[in-house]
Amino acid sequence: MPVYLDHAATSPIRPSVLAHYSKALEQVGNPASVHSFGQSSRQMLEEAREIIAESVGCDRSEVIFTSGGTESDNLAVKGLYWKRNSEDPKRKLIVTSTAEHAAVLDAVNWLVAAQGAQVHFVPMDQDGVLDLTDFSRVISERASEIALVSLMWANNEIGVVHPITQIAELAKRYSIPVHSDAIAALGHIPVDFRASGLQAMTITGHKIGAPVGVGALILARSEKLTPVLHGGGQERNFRSGTPDAAAASAMALAVKEAVQEQPSKLQLHAKLSEKLISGVREIAPEVKVSSENVARLSNNVHFRFPGCLGDSLLFLMDVNGVSISTGSACAAGVSSPSHVVLSLGADADEAMGTMRITFGHNSTEADVDAFLEAFPKAYEGAKKAGLTRR
Amino acid sequence: MKILAAMSGGVDSAVAAARAVEAGHEVVGVHLALSRMPGTLRTGSRGCCTVEDSMDAQRAANKIGIPFYVWDFSERFKQDVVDDFIAEYSAGRTPNPCMRCNERIKFAALLEKALALGFDALCTGHYASVEKDTEGNLELHRSVAMAKDQSYVLGVLTEEQLKHSYFPIGKAANKDDIRKEAKQRELSVANKPDSYDICFIPEGDTRDWLSDKIELTPGSIVDMEGEELAKHDGALGYTVGQRKGLNIGRPAKDGKPRYVLEIRPKENVVVVGPEQALTISELSGEKFSWCGKAPKNVVDWFDAEVQVRAHGESHPCKVRVIDGQMVIRPNLPIRGISPGQTAVVYLGARVLGQATIDKTVSAVMEQV
Repeated sequence: MPVYLDHAATSPIRPSVLAHYSKALEQVGNPASVHSFGQSSRQMLEEAREIIAESVGCDRSEVIFTSGGTESDNLAVKGLYWKRNSEDPKRKLIVTSTAEHAAVLDAVNWLVAAQGAQVHFVPMDQDGVLDLTDFSRVISERASEIALVSLMWANNEIGVVHPITQIAELAKRYSIPVHSDAIAALGHIPVDFRASGLQAMTITGHKIGAPVGVGALILARSEKLTPVLHGGGQERNFRSGTPDAAAASAMALAVKEAVQEQPSKLQLHAKLSEKLISGVREIAPEVKVSSENVARLSNNVHFRFPGCLGDSLLFLMDVNGVSISTGSACAAGVSSPSHVVLSLGADADEAMGTMRITFGHNSTEADVDAFLEAFPKAYEGAKKAGLTRR
Repeated sequence: MKILAAMSGGVDSAVAAARAVEAGHEVVGVHLALSRMPGTLRTGSRGCCTVEDSMDAQRAANKIGIPFYVWDFSERFKQDVVDDFIAEYSAGRTPNPCMRCNERIKFAALLEKALALGFDALCTGHYASVEKDTEGNLELHRSVAMAKDQSYVLGVLTEEQLKHSYFPIGKAANKDDIRKEAKQRELSVANKPDSYDICFIPEGDTRDWLSDKIELTPGSIVDMEGEELAKHDGALGYTVGQRKGLNIGRPAKDGKPRYVLEIRPKENVVVVGPEQALTISELSGEKFSWCGKAPKNVVDWFDAEVQVRAHGESHPCKVRVIDGQMVIRPNLPIRGISPGQTAVVYLGARVLGQATIDKTVSAVMEQV
């Protein structure tokens, strides 16, 4: 049986969600229609909204359904920027970090290149921990120029967890909206929108066992943004398009289960990570474990193998039935050095020898055992392949 | 055997991979990303390193039912093939980048990686075959489908590389058969046009491509006596044997067309002359190799044939190695050879070896 250890890329649909979703797809009706069919769909959609609101600690009207993480990030970053900047053209500055997901980073880069925005990247140390002194300085010194802050809750690649509540509190003093991509965090650490003090938060379904293609932006009721999609004015006028009630309903169930299971999964995943790391260290004592001694996700283990090629490791593990990730960006199937690892000061060579293992809702100790069985030979081969590079 | 099938996204390598599976081997497909910008789309039919080619290769692998991966060799390709190409032109030579790619990427970097990862051999869609002599030594032979024979570009392979090379379509009678077979196998690349020219020069205009990579300085086009006939806007990028694009304006005294005879990069001069001045009576190179077992006595002249371009004809010749140089004397002078080109030496159908040409001796002029 092939072993799947890449839940941060996408996680298998939960059996409960699959059954629920299949049933939900039978429901006919546009949630905006007035007739009884429409009302039934509307009911499904609104129930989903309530379940998600309760699970992540927000009001139900703060849940804006989208097609997923990329759309939510784009809506938050561009939407908040456009809104703030149109109200006060002096506000051109976006505060973020170079280790953000591409959906944030590329949206910011586009605003800079095409819309005259400016960006400040909060520096990080070699573990990916944000420099909060720098952050509070830029927030206080340039408060009147800042349109928004966007910093992820936890990093999808190396697993480091950022002090989002503290960040939101610092920004709140200057009434600067803070968006956080919480996709990697949800289901793995407690995520409470209200308690966090954020104004906007991205979540998605398929990383926690819902189908691909549905996500949400949690947007504080006090906050306004300029929509990216214009049309029928659904979702508080911020996201036009017929809402996918069945997918929203499926996502709601996945969110509910993921949040309920979170404390016990955290313990299990911490145990699995520990076993994985010590098993790998026995075979490869030279391995570096990224962000090992800082606040991090327990379901994420990120290795760096000096002199080893990540794609060779991936290949050898994969042909032996264990699917993991190099954790780096992919273009046309080609792994390029990870922008996250590079931004932590690693050189391109070190950034190529990475491996990311991420656990999810159905991960078991047997998965780790299978990994550790396949690893020694794969590592030996990947090291040999690494030597063939000049 | 465990076989790594290099899949360019073309029809030949797809059918080769399918045949390797059918022969009972354990096959994994791999596409080499050679371009620095793998996200770009194909222009024309050139190239094998666009995202569309990668996708074509993947779809073929899916159809054949083998695992598929993309491996990034763009950095090495740039260093070993593209930069070499530019450096060779800068030195007034005419390089063969496909040869370099086989020598340094496909059958070197890729093969080394494959062996390190536990594969026994590399499978490609080349039209050439590996044979054994009576003593069991490996030899590389021309393809039966002579029109498509690719033994020339494989002339750089050594005995060790031949051991790990597998060309399942090397004995195909012709390309049409391969296309038919691809169609029968329902491979979507069955009708994909052949790629041609140099994959990293998408528009096919070498001179234009080189123009922003090599500093071109205007200089003189001279005749064999050294008299200036015209100006050029940069000596590099001209090719020996080139006739078009000289823009000399006035005809030669004998009214016959002029050809590029020589490029002198140091003097920034292009020498032109009549066609017969292109004929070469001897060529030699110090960078040579034997494809398989080396002949027993190479110090004395022996009879062979030489081919100087990928789809050129072969010419009977005499060959020997002296002072660390492979020296080749065509029995009848041959024309249009430029330093940097590769001379591949054959014994009948067998590829014996190759040399990168450093020096040529004109049959008409003094040594050029």
